[in-house]
Amino acid sequence: MDGERTGSGSVETLLAAKEILITCGAGGVGKTTVAAALATMAAVRHGGKVLVLTIDPARRLADALGLDGLGDKEKQLSPDAFRAAGVTPRGELWAAMLDTKQSWDDLVRRHAPNRRTAERILANKLYDNVTGRFVQSHEYIAMERLYQLHTDGNYDLIVVDTPPTRNALDFVEAPVRMAEFFSSRFLRILSAPYRSSVVSFASKPFLSAADRILGSQFLQDIAEFFSLFQTMAPGFVERAEAVNRVLHERRTTFAVVTTLETAPVREAEYFIDVLTTKKFHLGAVVLNKVLPSYLLDEKAARTATTLQKNADRVAADAGEGVGEVAQVSRVLTEVAESFLRFQVVAQREAEQRAELSVGPGVVATVPFFDTDIHDLAGLLRLGEQLWTP
Amino acid sequence: MSGLLERKLLFVTGKGGVGKSSVAASLALLGSQRGKKTLACELDSKGNLAEFLEAGKISFKPRKVQPRLYVSSVDSEESLKEYLAVNLRLPVMSRLGPLARLFDFAAVAAPGVKEILTVGKPVYEVHEGNYDLVVVDATATGHVLSQLAAPRVINELVQVGLVRQQTTWMLEVLSDEAQTGVVIVTTPEEMPVNETIELAPRVEAESGVHLAAVVVNRVLPELFGRGEEEVFERLGEPSCTAAVSEAAGGDVAPIFAAAGLAVTLRRTRAEHLERLRSSVAAGVPVLYLPYLFARAHGLRSTHQMAAALGDELGY
Repeated sequence: MDGERTGSGSVETLLAAKEILITCGAGGVGKTTVAAALATMAAVRHGGKVLVLTIDPARRLADALGLDGLGDKEKQLSPDAFRAAGVTPRGELWAAMLDTKQSWDDLVRRHAPNRRTAERILANKLYDNVTGRFVQSHEYIAMERLYQLHTDGNYDLIVVDTPPTRNALDFVEAPVRMAEFFSSRFLRILSAPYRSSVVSFASKPFLSAADRILGSQFLQDIAEFFSLFQTMAPGFVERAEAVNRVLHERRTTFAVVTTLETAPVREAEYFIDVLTTKKFHLGAVVLNKVLPSYLLDEKAARTATTLQKNADRVAADAGEGVGEVAQVSRVLTEVAESFLRFQVVAQREAEQRAELSVGPGVVATVPFFDTDIHDLAGLLRLGEQLWTP
Repeated sequence: MSGLLERKLLFVTGKGGVGKSSVAASLALLGSQRGKKTLACELDSKGNLAEFLEAGKISFKPRKVQPRLYVSSVDSEESLKEYLAVNLRLPVMSRLGPLARLFDFAAVAAPGVKEILTVGKPVYEVHEGNYDLVVVDATATGHVLSQLAAPRVINELVQVGLVRQQTTWMLEVLSDEAQTGVVIVTTPEEMPVNETIELAPRVEAESGVHLAAVVVNRVLPELFGRGEEEVFERLGEPSCTAAVSEAAGGDVAPIFAAAGLAVTLRRTRAEHLERLRSSVAAGVPVLYLPYLFARAHGLRSTHQMAAALGDELGY
């Protein structure tokens, strides 16, 4: 258990001391890009073998990581790619994309008592449905894969980009829930009619009600599936508990990524709250896509107002050789109004930022880049911003 | 285009962070303003919808928050209670404990069971004719298909029983193009556009629900007209900027920098918009909503968005 706070520091020092970094945050805040940039920086600056495990990267980001057309298997970025971006990395950067279905199949094969049971589970018509949309199936698999990679010991640092979850912290709780699920009484009741014709007294009312709602054939399908699935319980429970331990270890840290828009900030606050309460190590908060600070400048705002009101005069005074006075005046008006519009947004962001101030020691800010990130050079540019305060 | 609000049931989805709930809120508000008795309904989510309508705390029971506009929040447990009360005539309160736990299991076993209850609620309202328009703030792109396809999946898995009957009438409502449609919300950014392009053709193929419209949210204004961008570039030359600063009585460099940022942002986004336009099937309207440079998001900005949507729909 490790509930310590990092204290003042930088992402650089944070990553030097950790073996696992998990990024989390609302959808659309740039989690995947931040995870990739952090892994890239760690490989370039700290050295060692660094792996970024990502879920669903943008095509161009996947290209940047050399992940195009690649599945589940980790792949190393070629040194040529770094050379093209103008750097010589001290270490190696590896990347992998998570394939949920494949990982589930592997898991079933590993935990099933024998091959025949494994094949029956994989062939069950409910299996696809369940693994595809199981409660927290993606979340669990991401953590399970992380654990596997971590215990294999091939990497000095693993950076994980978490899947977009419906509920903020499903992925850290998924291992516990999975363990609970397999050891629960109701699972036994549900699989009872399949195991034996003697249905226990306690389960009868449930089953008759369920029968009216779902129909008995379907109920039997479910029962068959779960009694097969339950053969994997001991392995699963043990494994889920081990995964959970690794997440709480001192070498594992979390980075909450957010933009300064209202909804993501609220979600970030929730993440911070839950991570702290559940005694995970909150290493950093990354503020992404932050508008430039000059938008908050009072003097600039006053000048913009003057410019907007006196565009004709300013155009006449200073617009010589630039264009027709009327046209220059229109441009100046637009420019001034645009500044004032963006200022409103920047002020809103500053307020959100103040509300987030109760975070960990490390708060890294990434400015609004005006282009999408689609190559290693772009990732490095973003990474530089994150690296030191 | 005005056909969008002639439908009775709209599911609003989109990648996380694109403003799905605010678009759902403004569609519902627009519907109510146009005289329809409207229900805005949130499915198993985080409660953003209420904020955009400044509706306070919302619950399973619809509450009137504006003339003709009702808001509710549907979760599976409440849906189950109602479902059982309607279909089994059970004395609900006394029996619900064990049944809810059983239901949790059925939900784990075949997640569709849970979804047909939550999706079932708005479909039921339409089926019963309780509202002229029901706007559903559905889940994000990643999950929406499993939500919408649930009735079909369950209908195939379950051959008899009450659930079978329920999914049968649900499918009738859901697959009727005149009544039901999906609205995908995106912003003109890379990932949201990618997800929209990927999702659009799959909606009907996998769930049987028709794609009614794509809404592009947060479109930045075009700053300059013909020839004006060149003027702006010339103004950016150091001697020119200095002269303008002097005439304006203050440094205009940050003001020009902000405009430069706005211009490049708009340009990058225009490329994504182009990609989107060329891949959305003809016949599916694409509606554009401006970026709101607003202090906060609430009923006021929802009104602005509803007005903009009205313009786009030709009202």
